[in-house]
Amino acid sequence: MALEVDITKKLDGFFMHMQFRAEQEIFAILGASGCGKSMTLKCIAGIEKPDEGRIVLDGKVLFDSEKKINLPPQKRKVGYMFQDYALFPHMNVVQNIEAGMGKRPDRSRTESLIRQFQLEGLEKKIPGQLSGGQKQRVAMARMLAAEPELILLDEPFSALDTYLKWQLEQEMYKHLKEAGKPVIFVSHNRDEVYRLCDTVSCMNRGKMEVMEPLKEFFQNPKTRTAAILSGCKNISAAERVDAHTLRAVDWGVTLHVKEREIADDIRAVGIRAHFLATVERPGEENVFPVNESEIWEDPFEWNISFRKNAECSWLQWKIAKTDWSPEMGIPKELYLKEEDILLLTDS
Amino acid sequence: MQEILDFLQSLDWSPLVISIKTGIVATILSFFFGIFAARAVMKLRPGARAVIDGFLTLPMILPPTVAGFFLLLIFSLRRPFGAALYENFGIKAVQTWLGCILAATIIAFPLMYRNTRAAFEQVDTNLIYAARTLGMSEWKIFWKVVIPSAGPGVLSGTVLAFARALGEYGATSMLAGNIPGKTGTVSQKIAMVIQDGDYKTAGFWSVVVLLVGFLTMTAMNLLGNRRKKNQKQW
Repeated sequence: MALEVDITKKLDGFFMHMQFRAEQEIFAILGASGCGKSMTLKCIAGIEKPDEGRIVLDGKVLFDSEKKINLPPQKRKVGYMFQDYALFPHMNVVQNIEAGMGKRPDRSRTESLIRQFQLEGLEKKIPGQLSGGQKQRVAMARMLAAEPELILLDEPFSALDTYLKWQLEQEMYKHLKEAGKPVIFVSHNRDEVYRLCDTVSCMNRGKMEVMEPLKEFFQNPKTRTAAILSGCKNISAAERVDAHTLRAVDWGVTLHVKEREIADDIRAVGIRAHFLATVERPGEENVFPVNESEIWEDPFEWNISFRKNAECSWLQWKIAKTDWSPEMGIPKELYLKEEDILLLTDS
Repeated sequence: MQEILDFLQSLDWSPLVISIKTGIVATILSFFFGIFAARAVMKLRPGARAVIDGFLTLPMILPPTVAGFFLLLIFSLRRPFGAALYENFGIKAVQTWLGCILAATIIAFPLMYRNTRAAFEQVDTNLIYAARTLGMSEWKIFWKVVIPSAGPGVLSGTVLAFARALGEYGATSMLAGNIPGKTGTVSQKIAMVIQDGDYKTAGFWSVVVLLVGFLTMTAMNLLGNRRKKNQKQW
Protein backbone atom coordinates (compact mmCIF):
# COMPACT_ATOMS: atom_id res chain seq x y z
CA MET A 1 0.00 0.00 0.00
CA ALA A 2 1.81 3.11 -1.17
CA LEU A 3 1.07 6.47 -2.69
CA GLU A 4 3.52 8.10 -5.06
CA VAL A 5 3.08 11.75 -5.91
CA ASP A 6 5.13 13.89 -8.26
CA ILE A 7 3.14 16.87 -9.47
CA THR A 8 3.47 20.52 -10.36
CA LYS A 9 0.80 23.15 -10.50
CA LYS A 10 0.89 26.90 -10.88
CA LEU A 11 -0.77 28.58 -7.93
CA ASP A 12 -1.36 32.19 -7.05
CA GLY A 13 2.13 33.72 -7.11
CA PHE A 14 4.22 30.55 -6.95
CA PHE A 15 4.71 27.05 -8.36
CA MET A 16 3.69 24.05 -6.34
CA HIS A 17 6.00 21.10 -6.78
CA MET A 18 5.24 18.10 -4.62
CA GLN A 19 7.20 14.91 -4.73
CA PHE A 20 6.81 12.24 -2.11
CA ARG A 21 5.98 8.64 -1.34
CA ALA A 22 3.66 7.72 1.53
CA GLU A 23 3.42 4.19 2.89
CA GLN A 24 0.80 2.66 5.15
CA GLU A 25 1.02 5.07 8.05
CA ILE A 26 -0.19 8.44 9.16
CA PHE A 27 1.74 11.00 7.22
CA ALA A 28 1.48 14.70 8.07
CA ILE A 29 2.05 17.70 5.86
CA LEU A 30 2.69 20.67 8.07
CA GLY A 31 2.60 24.12 6.56
CA ALA A 32 1.40 27.69 6.96
CA SER A 33 -1.93 28.54 5.39
CA GLY A 34 -1.76 29.17 1.66
CA CYS A 35 1.41 27.10 1.11
CA GLY A 36 -0.42 24.65 -1.16
CA LYS A 37 -1.01 21.77 1.24
CA SER A 38 -4.78 21.60 0.72
CA MET A 39 -4.21 21.92 -3.01
CA THR A 40 -1.96 18.85 -2.86
CA LEU A 41 -4.75 16.84 -1.24
CA LYS A 42 -7.27 18.13 -3.78
CA CYS A 43 -5.00 17.01 -6.62
CA ILE A 44 -4.67 13.53 -5.10
CA ALA A 45 -8.44 13.27 -4.67
CA GLY A 46 -9.04 14.44 -8.23
CA ILE A 47 -10.93 17.57 -7.25
CA GLU A 48 -8.23 19.75 -8.80
CA LYS A 49 -6.04 18.91 -11.76
CA PRO A 50 -2.26 19.31 -11.56
CA ASP A 51 -0.56 20.95 -14.53
CA GLU A 52 1.91 18.11 -14.89
CA GLY A 53 3.07 14.96 -13.19
CA ARG A 54 1.96 11.60 -11.94
CA ILE A 55 -0.04 10.23 -9.03
CA VAL A 56 -0.02 6.49 -8.41
CA LEU A 57 -1.87 4.69 -5.64
CA ASP A 58 -0.97 1.04 -5.14
CA GLY A 59 0.15 0.68 -8.72
CA LYS A 60 -3.08 2.22 -9.98
CA VAL A 61 -2.38 5.37 -12.00
CA LEU A 62 -4.74 8.12 -10.82
CA PHE A 63 -3.14 10.87 -12.85
CA ASP A 64 -0.47 10.95 -15.51
CA SER A 65 -0.11 14.07 -17.63
CA GLU A 66 2.09 12.33 -20.19
CA LYS A 67 -0.26 9.42 -20.75
CA LYS A 68 -3.26 11.76 -20.48
CA ILE A 69 -4.74 9.81 -17.59
CA ASN A 70 -6.93 11.72 -15.17
CA LEU A 71 -9.32 9.47 -13.28
CA PRO A 72 -12.45 11.23 -12.01
CA PRO A 73 -12.69 11.45 -8.19
CA GLN A 74 -15.44 8.83 -8.27
CA LYS A 75 -13.02 6.19 -9.57
CA ARG A 76 -10.07 7.01 -7.30
CA LYS A 77 -11.29 5.47 -4.06
CA VAL A 78 -9.73 8.30 -2.11
CA GLY A 79 -11.59 9.55 0.95
CA TYR A 80 -11.41 13.26 1.64
CA MET A 81 -12.41 14.90 4.87
CA PHE A 82 -12.98 18.62 4.50
CA GLN A 83 -12.13 21.27 7.04
CA ASP A 84 -15.84 22.09 7.43
CA TYR A 85 -16.79 18.39 6.97
CA ALA A 86 -19.04 19.22 3.95
CA LEU A 87 -21.92 17.14 5.28
CA PHE A 88 -25.01 17.30 3.09
CA PRO A 89 -27.14 19.78 5.05
CA HIS A 90 -30.55 18.45 3.97
CA MET A 91 -29.77 14.78 4.64
CA ASN A 92 -29.93 13.16 8.06
CA VAL A 93 -27.05 11.22 9.60
CA VAL A 94 -28.05 7.89 8.04
CA GLN A 95 -28.59 9.43 4.59
CA ASN A 96 -25.23 11.18 4.82
CA ILE A 97 -23.46 7.95 5.71
CA GLU A 98 -25.25 6.02 2.97
CA ALA A 99 -24.66 8.69 0.31
CA GLY A 100 -21.46 6.98 -0.83
CA MET A 101 -22.71 3.40 -0.56
CA GLY A 102 -24.20 3.07 -4.04
CA LYS A 103 -27.76 2.30 -5.07
CA ARG A 104 -28.57 -0.30 -2.43
CA PRO A 105 -26.89 0.67 0.83
CA ASP A 106 -26.15 -2.20 3.18
CA ARG A 107 -28.21 -1.42 6.28
CA SER A 108 -26.15 -3.61 8.58
CA ARG A 109 -22.98 -1.79 7.55
CA THR A 110 -24.60 1.56 8.23
CA GLU A 111 -25.64 0.33 11.65
CA SER A 112 -22.19 -0.93 12.51
CA LEU A 113 -20.67 2.41 11.46
CA ILE A 114 -23.23 4.23 13.60
CA ARG A 115 -22.22 2.08 16.56
CA GLN A 116 -18.51 2.43 15.85
CA PHE A 117 -18.74 6.22 15.74
CA GLN A 118 -21.15 6.49 18.67
CA LEU A 119 -23.92 8.07 16.65
CA GLU A 120 -26.76 6.06 18.20
CA GLY A 121 -29.84 8.21 18.72
CA LEU A 122 -28.68 10.79 16.20
CA GLU A 123 -29.74 8.80 13.10
CA LYS A 124 -32.55 11.17 12.12
CA LYS A 125 -30.77 14.44 12.94
CA ILE A 126 -29.56 16.72 10.18
CA PRO A 127 -26.06 18.25 10.34
CA GLY A 128 -27.42 21.61 11.54
CA GLN A 129 -28.56 19.90 14.75
CA LEU A 130 -25.19 18.29 15.54
CA SER A 131 -22.21 19.53 17.54
CA GLY A 132 -18.81 19.99 15.94
CA GLY A 133 -17.51 16.70 17.32
CA GLN A 134 -20.60 14.80 16.17
CA LYS A 135 -20.29 16.31 12.70
CA GLN A 136 -16.69 15.15 12.56
CA ARG A 137 -17.72 11.61 13.49
CA VAL A 138 -20.45 11.59 10.82
CA ALA A 139 -17.92 12.83 8.26
CA MET A 140 -15.52 10.02 9.26
CA ALA A 141 -18.28 7.40 9.08
CA ARG A 142 -19.47 8.72 5.72
CA MET A 143 -15.94 8.66 4.34
CA LEU A 144 -15.25 5.10 5.53
CA ALA A 145 -18.65 3.91 4.26
CA ALA A 146 -17.41 4.59 0.72
CA GLU A 147 -14.48 2.19 1.41
CA PRO A 148 -11.54 4.40 0.41
CA GLU A 149 -8.06 2.99 -0.22
CA LEU A 150 -6.47 6.21 1.04
CA ILE A 151 -7.68 8.77 3.55
CA LEU A 152 -7.01 12.48 3.21
CA LEU A 153 -7.68 14.75 6.19
CA ASP A 154 -7.71 18.48 5.51
CA GLU A 155 -7.32 20.37 8.81
CA PRO A 156 -9.96 18.19 10.48
CA PHE A 157 -9.72 19.86 13.89
CA SER A 158 -9.63 23.51 12.93
CA ALA A 159 -13.41 23.90 13.19
CA LEU A 160 -13.50 22.62 16.78
CA ASP A 161 -13.18 24.25 20.19
CA THR A 162 -9.87 23.57 21.86
CA TYR A 163 -11.52 22.36 25.04
CA LEU A 164 -12.45 18.86 23.85
CA LYS A 165 -10.07 18.71 20.95
CA TRP A 166 -7.62 16.27 22.54
CA GLN A 167 -10.43 13.77 23.10
CA LEU A 168 -11.47 14.02 19.47
CA GLU A 169 -7.86 13.62 18.42
CA GLN A 170 -7.62 10.43 20.44
CA GLU A 171 -10.85 9.11 18.92
CA MET A 172 -9.67 9.98 15.45
CA TYR A 173 -6.36 8.24 16.08
CA LYS A 174 -8.16 5.10 17.19
CA HIS A 175 -10.46 5.12 14.15
CA LEU A 176 -7.61 5.71 11.73
CA LYS A 177 -5.64 2.81 13.22
CA GLU A 178 -8.73 0.60 12.98
CA ALA A 179 -9.32 1.58 9.37
CA GLY A 180 -5.78 0.47 8.55
CA LYS A 181 -5.49 2.66 5.45
CA PRO A 182 -2.70 5.08 4.64
CA VAL A 183 -3.58 8.56 5.83
CA ILE A 184 -2.36 11.96 4.73
CA PHE A 185 -3.05 14.58 7.31
CA VAL A 186 -2.71 18.26 6.49
CA SER A 187 -2.42 20.77 9.29
CA HIS A 188 -0.82 23.99 10.42
CA ASN A 189 -0.99 22.88 14.06
CA ARG A 190 2.16 21.13 15.30
CA ASP A 191 0.47 19.76 18.46
CA GLU A 192 -2.13 17.86 16.43
CA VAL A 193 0.56 16.54 14.15
CA TYR A 194 2.74 15.48 17.07
CA ARG A 195 -0.08 13.53 18.67
CA LEU A 196 -1.45 11.85 15.53
CA CYS A 197 1.26 11.15 13.02
CA ASP A 198 4.20 8.85 12.32
CA THR A 199 5.96 10.78 9.60
CA VAL A 200 6.07 14.53 9.08
CA SER A 201 6.96 16.74 6.20
CA CYS A 202 6.86 20.47 6.00
CA MET A 203 5.84 22.65 3.13
CA ASN A 204 6.76 26.18 2.22
CA ARG A 205 5.44 28.07 -0.80
CA GLY A 206 4.51 24.98 -2.75
CA LYS A 207 7.61 22.91 -1.97
CA MET A 208 8.08 20.02 0.37
CA GLU A 209 11.27 20.61 2.33
CA VAL A 210 11.86 17.64 4.59
CA MET A 211 10.15 14.34 5.26
CA GLU A 212 11.16 12.61 8.45
CA PRO A 213 10.00 10.40 11.29
CA LEU A 214 7.98 12.42 13.77
CA LYS A 215 10.45 12.56 16.66
CA GLU A 216 13.36 13.48 14.43
CA PHE A 217 11.36 16.26 12.82
CA PHE A 218 10.58 17.90 16.13
CA GLN A 219 13.88 17.25 17.91
CA ASN A 220 16.13 18.16 15.08
CA PRO A 221 14.51 20.34 12.41
CA LYS A 222 16.78 20.81 9.41
CA THR A 223 15.37 23.84 7.62
CA ARG A 224 14.20 27.28 8.63
CA THR A 225 10.58 26.41 7.72
CA ALA A 226 10.75 23.12 9.61
CA ALA A 227 12.09 24.94 12.68
CA ILE A 228 9.29 27.53 12.57
CA LEU A 229 6.61 24.90 12.03
CA SER A 230 7.97 22.71 14.80
CA GLY A 231 7.45 25.64 17.15
CA CYS A 232 10.90 27.23 17.31
CA LYS A 233 10.40 30.85 18.41
CA ASN A 234 13.87 32.26 17.82
CA ILE A 235 15.51 32.14 14.41
CA SER A 236 18.39 34.26 13.21
CA ALA A 237 20.35 34.45 10.00
CA ALA A 238 23.77 32.85 10.50
CA GLU A 239 27.25 33.39 9.10
CA ARG A 240 29.61 30.46 9.26
CA VAL A 241 32.97 31.48 10.75
CA ASP A 242 34.62 28.06 10.78
CA ALA A 243 33.60 24.42 11.15
CA HIS A 244 32.67 24.94 14.81
CA THR A 245 31.80 28.61 15.07
CA LEU A 246 29.06 30.78 13.61
CA ARG A 247 27.65 34.25 14.09
CA ALA A 248 23.97 34.72 14.75
CA VAL A 249 23.73 37.98 12.84
CA ASP A 250 20.31 39.13 14.07
CA TRP A 251 21.19 38.64 17.72
CA GLY A 252 24.79 39.89 17.69
CA VAL A 253 26.09 36.68 19.29
CA THR A 254 28.78 34.19 18.37
CA LEU A 255 27.91 30.53 18.93
CA HIS A 256 30.19 27.54 19.29
CA VAL A 257 29.44 23.93 18.52
CA LYS A 258 32.33 21.65 19.39
CA GLU A 259 30.58 18.32 18.92
CA ARG A 260 29.28 18.98 15.41
CA GLU A 261 30.64 20.32 12.17
CA ILE A 262 28.83 23.28 10.66
CA ALA A 263 28.06 22.44 7.05
CA ASP A 264 28.58 24.99 4.28
CA ASP A 265 24.89 25.35 3.54
CA ILE A 266 23.88 26.39 7.05
CA ARG A 267 22.20 29.77 6.70
CA ALA A 268 20.27 30.15 9.94
CA VAL A 269 20.29 29.18 13.56
CA GLY A 270 17.31 28.40 15.80
CA ILE A 271 16.78 28.36 19.56
CA ARG A 272 13.71 27.04 21.32
CA ALA A 273 12.34 29.53 23.82
CA HIS A 274 12.20 26.89 26.58
CA PHE A 275 15.81 25.81 26.23
CA LEU A 276 17.41 29.03 27.44
CA ALA A 277 18.53 28.75 31.05
CA THR A 278 19.53 31.02 33.93
CA VAL A 279 21.92 28.55 35.52
CA GLU A 280 25.33 30.15 35.66
CA ARG A 281 28.39 28.17 34.83
CA PRO A 282 31.63 30.15 34.81
CA GLY A 283 33.50 30.35 31.55
CA GLU A 284 30.46 29.16 29.64
CA GLU A 285 30.22 29.74 25.92
CA ASN A 286 26.98 30.48 24.05
CA VAL A 287 25.88 33.30 26.31
CA PHE A 288 23.09 35.71 25.46
CA PRO A 289 23.35 39.14 27.07
CA VAL A 290 20.01 40.42 28.38
CA ASN A 291 20.42 44.18 28.21
CA GLU A 292 16.87 45.13 27.28
CA SER A 293 13.85 43.07 28.30
CA GLU A 294 10.08 42.97 28.52
CA ILE A 295 7.93 40.52 30.44
CA TRP A 296 4.62 39.04 29.33
CA GLU A 297 2.52 36.78 31.48
CA ASP A 298 0.82 33.60 30.25
CA PRO A 299 -1.44 31.44 32.43
CA PHE A 300 1.31 28.99 33.35
CA GLU A 301 4.55 30.53 32.20
CA TRP A 302 6.47 33.75 31.85
CA ASN A 303 7.53 35.09 28.45
CA ILE A 304 10.55 37.32 28.48
CA SER A 305 11.55 39.15 25.31
CA PHE A 306 15.12 40.32 25.38
CA ARG A 307 17.90 41.63 23.17
CA LYS A 308 21.49 42.70 23.30
CA ASN A 309 20.93 46.24 22.05
CA ALA A 310 18.74 48.31 19.77
CA GLU A 311 20.48 47.01 16.64
CA CYS A 312 19.63 43.39 17.45
CA SER A 313 16.39 41.43 17.12
CA TRP A 314 14.36 40.31 20.09
CA LEU A 315 14.65 36.77 21.40
CA GLN A 316 12.01 34.98 23.41
CA TRP A 317 12.60 33.07 26.62
CA LYS A 318 9.81 30.99 28.17
CA ILE A 319 9.94 29.62 31.66
CA ALA A 320 7.38 27.87 33.86
CA LYS A 321 6.01 29.89 36.77
CA THR A 322 7.08 27.11 39.10
CA ASP A 323 10.73 27.60 38.10
CA TRP A 324 11.11 31.35 38.05
CA SER A 325 9.31 34.55 38.96
CA PRO A 326 10.03 38.21 38.18
CA GLU A 327 10.79 38.83 41.88
CA MET A 328 13.97 36.81 41.37
CA GLY A 329 15.09 39.54 39.01
CA ILE A 330 15.75 39.30 35.31
CA PRO A 331 19.10 37.59 34.74
CA LYS A 332 21.87 39.56 33.07
CA GLU A 333 22.66 36.64 30.81
CA LEU A 334 20.99 33.50 29.52
CA TYR A 335 22.77 30.31 28.56
CA LEU A 336 22.16 27.65 25.99
CA LYS A 337 23.51 24.13 25.86
CA GLU A 338 25.51 23.46 22.75
CA GLU A 339 23.30 20.55 21.65
CA ASP A 340 20.23 22.77 21.76
CA ILE A 341 21.47 24.99 18.95
CA LEU A 342 19.52 24.19 15.78
CA LEU A 343 21.58 24.52 12.62
CA LEU A 344 19.29 25.29 9.72
CA THR A 345 19.45 25.45 5.95
CA ASP A 346 17.26 27.74 3.90
CA SER A 347 15.26 25.01 2.21
CA MET B 1 -78.52 35.41 -4.75
CA GLN B 2 -80.44 33.84 -7.60
CA GLU B 3 -78.78 36.32 -9.88
CA ILE B 4 -75.32 35.17 -8.81
CA LEU B 5 -76.21 31.50 -9.25
CA ASP B 6 -77.59 32.21 -12.72
CA PHE B 7 -74.42 34.09 -13.58
CA LEU B 8 -72.18 31.27 -12.41
CA GLN B 9 -74.32 28.68 -14.23
CA SER B 10 -74.27 30.57 -17.48
CA LEU B 11 -70.53 31.16 -17.18
CA ASP B 12 -68.11 29.51 -19.57
CA TRP B 13 -65.40 28.00 -17.30
CA SER B 14 -63.11 27.06 -20.17
CA PRO B 15 -60.75 30.09 -19.72
CA LEU B 16 -59.82 28.93 -16.21
CA VAL B 17 -59.20 25.37 -17.38
CA ILE B 18 -57.10 26.54 -20.33
CA SER B 19 -55.08 28.99 -18.20
CA ILE B 20 -54.31 26.47 -15.48
CA LYS B 21 -53.46 23.71 -17.97
CA THR B 22 -51.20 26.12 -19.84
CA GLY B 23 -49.66 27.34 -16.61
CA ILE B 24 -48.85 23.84 -15.40
CA VAL B 25 -47.39 22.59 -18.68
CA ALA B 26 -45.39 25.80 -19.19
CA THR B 27 -44.06 25.57 -15.63
CA ILE B 28 -42.95 21.96 -16.06
CA LEU B 29 -41.21 22.84 -19.33
CA SER B 30 -39.57 25.96 -17.84
CA PHE B 31 -38.52 23.93 -14.80
CA PHE B 32 -36.47 21.43 -16.78
CA PHE B 33 -35.25 23.81 -19.49
CA GLY B 34 -34.45 26.43 -16.86
CA ILE B 35 -32.37 24.02 -14.77
CA PHE B 36 -30.64 22.66 -17.84
CA ALA B 37 -29.87 26.15 -19.17
CA ALA B 38 -28.67 27.36 -15.75
CA ARG B 39 -26.19 24.49 -15.53
CA ALA B 40 -25.06 24.84 -19.13
CA VAL B 41 -24.50 28.60 -18.84
CA MET B 42 -22.46 28.18 -15.64
CA LYS B 43 -19.99 25.98 -17.51
CA LEU B 44 -19.35 28.61 -20.23
CA ARG B 45 -16.40 30.97 -20.37
CA PRO B 46 -17.22 34.48 -19.06
CA GLY B 47 -17.51 36.11 -22.49
CA ALA B 48 -19.79 33.48 -23.98
CA ARG B 49 -21.71 33.39 -20.71
CA ALA B 50 -22.56 37.10 -20.93
CA VAL B 51 -23.86 36.75 -24.48
CA ILE B 52 -25.87 33.57 -23.93
CA ASP B 53 -27.27 34.86 -20.66
CA GLY B 54 -28.38 38.05 -22.38
CA PHE B 55 -30.12 36.06 -25.08
CA LEU B 56 -31.89 33.73 -22.63
CA THR B 57 -33.08 36.64 -20.51
CA LEU B 58 -34.47 38.59 -23.48
CA PRO B 59 -38.07 37.34 -23.14
CA MET B 60 -38.17 38.84 -19.65
CA ILE B 61 -36.97 42.24 -20.81
CA LEU B 62 -38.86 42.54 -24.08
CA PRO B 63 -42.48 43.63 -24.07
CA PRO B 64 -44.44 40.34 -24.40
CA THR B 65 -46.02 41.60 -27.64
CA VAL B 66 -42.55 41.89 -29.15
CA ALA B 67 -41.72 38.35 -28.05
CA GLY B 68 -45.08 37.28 -29.51
CA PHE B 69 -44.27 39.02 -32.78
CA PHE B 70 -41.00 37.13 -33.12
CA LEU B 71 -42.69 33.86 -32.25
CA LEU B 72 -45.28 34.58 -34.92
CA LEU B 73 -42.50 35.29 -37.43
CA ILE B 74 -40.95 31.93 -36.64
CA PHE B 75 -44.04 29.74 -36.43
CA SER B 76 -46.34 31.34 -39.01
CA LEU B 77 -47.45 28.77 -41.58
CA ARG B 78 -46.58 31.27 -44.29
CA ARG B 79 -42.92 31.29 -43.27
CA PRO B 80 -40.33 28.55 -43.98
CA PHE B 81 -39.80 27.17 -40.45
CA GLY B 82 -43.47 27.13 -39.46
CA ALA B 83 -44.46 25.64 -42.81
CA ALA B 84 -41.81 22.94 -42.64
CA LEU B 85 -42.84 22.05 -39.11
CA TYR B 86 -46.46 21.67 -40.22
CA GLU B 87 -45.77 19.75 -43.41
CA ASN B 88 -43.27 17.30 -41.94
CA PHE B 89 -44.61 16.79 -38.42
CA GLY B 90 -48.11 18.22 -38.46
CA ILE B 91 -47.10 20.64 -35.73
CA LYS B 92 -48.95 23.94 -35.72
CA ALA B 93 -48.36 26.63 -33.10
CA VAL B 94 -50.36 29.52 -34.52
CA GLN B 95 -53.94 29.67 -33.26
CA THR B 96 -53.56 26.46 -31.21
CA TRP B 97 -53.17 25.44 -27.57
CA LEU B 98 -49.58 24.52 -28.42
CA GLY B 99 -49.14 28.21 -29.19
CA CYS B 100 -50.44 29.07 -25.71
CA ILE B 101 -47.89 26.73 -24.14
CA LEU B 102 -45.07 27.97 -26.33
CA ALA B 103 -45.76 31.63 -25.57
CA ALA B 104 -46.22 31.07 -21.83
CA THR B 105 -43.09 28.88 -21.61
CA ILE B 106 -40.89 31.37 -23.45
CA ILE B 107 -42.07 34.25 -21.26
CA ALA B 108 -41.84 32.29 -17.99
CA PHE B 109 -38.53 30.56 -18.75
CA PRO B 110 -36.14 33.44 -17.84
CA LEU B 111 -37.59 33.66 -14.33
CA MET B 112 -36.88 29.99 -13.75
CA TYR B 113 -33.48 30.13 -15.41
CA ARG B 114 -32.22 33.20 -13.57
CA ASN B 115 -33.42 32.18 -10.13
CA THR B 116 -32.02 28.70 -10.56
CA ARG B 117 -28.66 29.93 -11.76
CA ALA B 118 -28.34 32.34 -8.86
CA ALA B 119 -29.18 29.48 -6.49
CA PHE B 120 -26.70 27.09 -8.17
CA GLU B 121 -23.92 29.62 -7.88
CA GLN B 122 -24.48 29.77 -4.12
CA VAL B 123 -24.15 26.01 -3.62
CA ASP B 124 -21.12 25.17 -1.46
CA THR B 125 -18.63 23.63 -3.89
CA ASN B 126 -17.15 21.49 -1.11
CA LEU B 127 -20.45 19.57 -0.98
CA ILE B 128 -20.07 18.69 -4.62
CA TYR B 129 -16.40 17.78 -4.22
CA ALA B 130 -17.21 15.65 -1.18
CA ALA B 131 -19.95 13.89 -3.11
CA ARG B 132 -17.52 13.12 -5.92
CA THR B 133 -14.91 11.64 -3.61
CA LEU B 134 -17.67 9.48 -2.12
CA GLY B 135 -18.19 8.00 -5.57
CA MET B 136 -21.63 9.51 -6.24
CA SER B 137 -22.43 9.82 -9.96
CA GLU B 138 -22.71 13.33 -11.41
CA TRP B 139 -26.40 12.67 -12.08
CA LYS B 140 -27.05 11.66 -8.49
CA ILE B 141 -25.00 14.59 -7.18
CA PHE B 142 -27.08 16.97 -9.25
CA TRP B 143 -30.49 15.72 -8.10
CA LYS B 144 -29.58 14.68 -4.55
CA VAL B 145 -27.08 17.36 -3.54
CA VAL B 146 -27.26 20.39 -5.82
CA ILE B 147 -31.01 20.68 -6.30
CA PRO B 148 -31.89 20.31 -2.59
CA SER B 149 -29.12 22.75 -1.59
CA ALA B 150 -30.38 25.22 -4.14
CA GLY B 151 -33.95 24.34 -3.08
CA PRO B 152 -35.32 27.75 -2.06
CA GLY B 153 -34.01 29.43 -5.21
CA VAL B 154 -35.32 26.69 -7.47
CA LEU B 155 -38.67 26.79 -5.69
CA SER B 156 -39.05 30.54 -6.00
CA GLY B 157 -38.08 30.32 -9.66
CA THR B 158 -40.77 27.69 -10.20
CA VAL B 159 -43.44 29.72 -8.40
CA LEU B 160 -42.61 32.89 -10.28
CA ALA B 161 -42.58 30.99 -13.57
CA PHE B 162 -45.99 29.51 -12.79
CA ALA B 163 -47.47 32.89 -11.84
CA ARG B 164 -46.06 34.47 -14.97
CA ALA B 165 -47.26 31.65 -17.22
CA LEU B 166 -50.73 31.75 -15.69
CA GLY B 167 -51.21 35.43 -16.44
CA GLU B 168 -49.47 35.58 -19.81
CA TYR B 169 -51.30 37.83 -22.23
CA GLY B 170 -49.22 39.67 -24.82
CA ALA B 171 -47.28 36.89 -26.51
CA THR B 172 -50.17 34.45 -26.21
CA SER B 173 -52.59 36.80 -27.97
CA MET B 174 -50.12 37.30 -30.80
CA LEU B 175 -49.28 33.63 -31.34
CA ALA B 176 -52.24 31.58 -30.15
CA GLY B 177 -54.99 34.14 -30.47
CA ASN B 178 -58.17 34.09 -28.44
CA ILE B 179 -60.28 31.21 -29.64
CA PRO B 180 -62.91 30.45 -26.97
CA GLY B 181 -62.57 26.92 -25.60
CA LYS B 182 -59.25 26.41 -27.38
CA THR B 183 -56.77 29.20 -26.75
CA GLY B 184 -58.94 31.62 -24.78
CA THR B 185 -57.09 32.12 -21.49
CA VAL B 186 -58.41 34.07 -18.52
CA SER B 187 -56.30 37.15 -19.27
CA GLN B 188 -57.54 37.20 -22.85
CA LYS B 189 -61.12 36.68 -21.71
CA ILE B 190 -60.87 39.72 -19.40
CA ALA B 191 -59.49 41.90 -22.17
CA MET B 192 -62.25 40.74 -24.53
CA VAL B 193 -65.21 41.29 -22.21
CA ILE B 194 -63.90 44.69 -21.15
CA GLN B 195 -64.13 45.77 -24.78
CA ASP B 196 -67.81 44.82 -24.69
CA GLY B 197 -68.28 46.79 -21.46
CA ASP B 198 -69.04 43.58 -19.52
CA TYR B 199 -67.51 44.66 -16.21
CA LYS B 200 -69.28 41.92 -14.28
CA THR B 201 -67.54 39.07 -16.11
CA ALA B 202 -64.22 40.96 -16.16
CA GLY B 203 -64.47 41.56 -12.43
CA PHE B 204 -65.31 37.93 -11.72
CA TRP B 205 -62.31 36.61 -13.66
CA SER B 206 -60.04 39.23 -12.12
CA VAL B 207 -61.00 38.05 -8.65
CA VAL B 208 -60.40 34.43 -9.69
CA VAL B 209 -56.91 35.30 -10.98
CA LEU B 210 -56.20 37.28 -7.83
CA LEU B 211 -57.23 34.37 -5.60
CA VAL B 212 -55.30 31.75 -7.52
CA GLY B 213 -52.17 33.93 -7.50
CA PHE B 214 -52.47 34.83 -3.84
CA LEU B 215 -53.16 31.26 -2.71
CA THR B 216 -50.26 29.88 -4.73
CA MET B 217 -47.80 32.37 -3.29
CA THR B 218 -49.03 31.86 0.27
CA ALA B 219 -48.90 28.08 -0.05
CA MET B 220 -45.37 28.24 -1.42
CA ASN B 221 -44.27 30.60 1.34
CA LEU B 222 -45.64 28.28 3.99
CA LEU B 223 -43.94 25.34 2.34
CA GLY B 224 -40.68 27.25 2.18
CA ASN B 225 -40.94 28.33 5.82
CA ARG B 226 -40.76 24.78 7.08
CA ARG B 227 -37.13 24.53 5.99
CA LYS B 228 -36.18 27.91 7.36
CA LYS B 229 -37.28 27.43 10.95
CA ASN B 230 -34.01 28.74 12.26
CA GLN B 231 -33.85 31.79 10.02
CA LYS B 232 -32.77 34.86 11.97
CA GLN B 233 -34.72 38.09 11.69
CA TRP B 234 -33.14 41.43 11.11
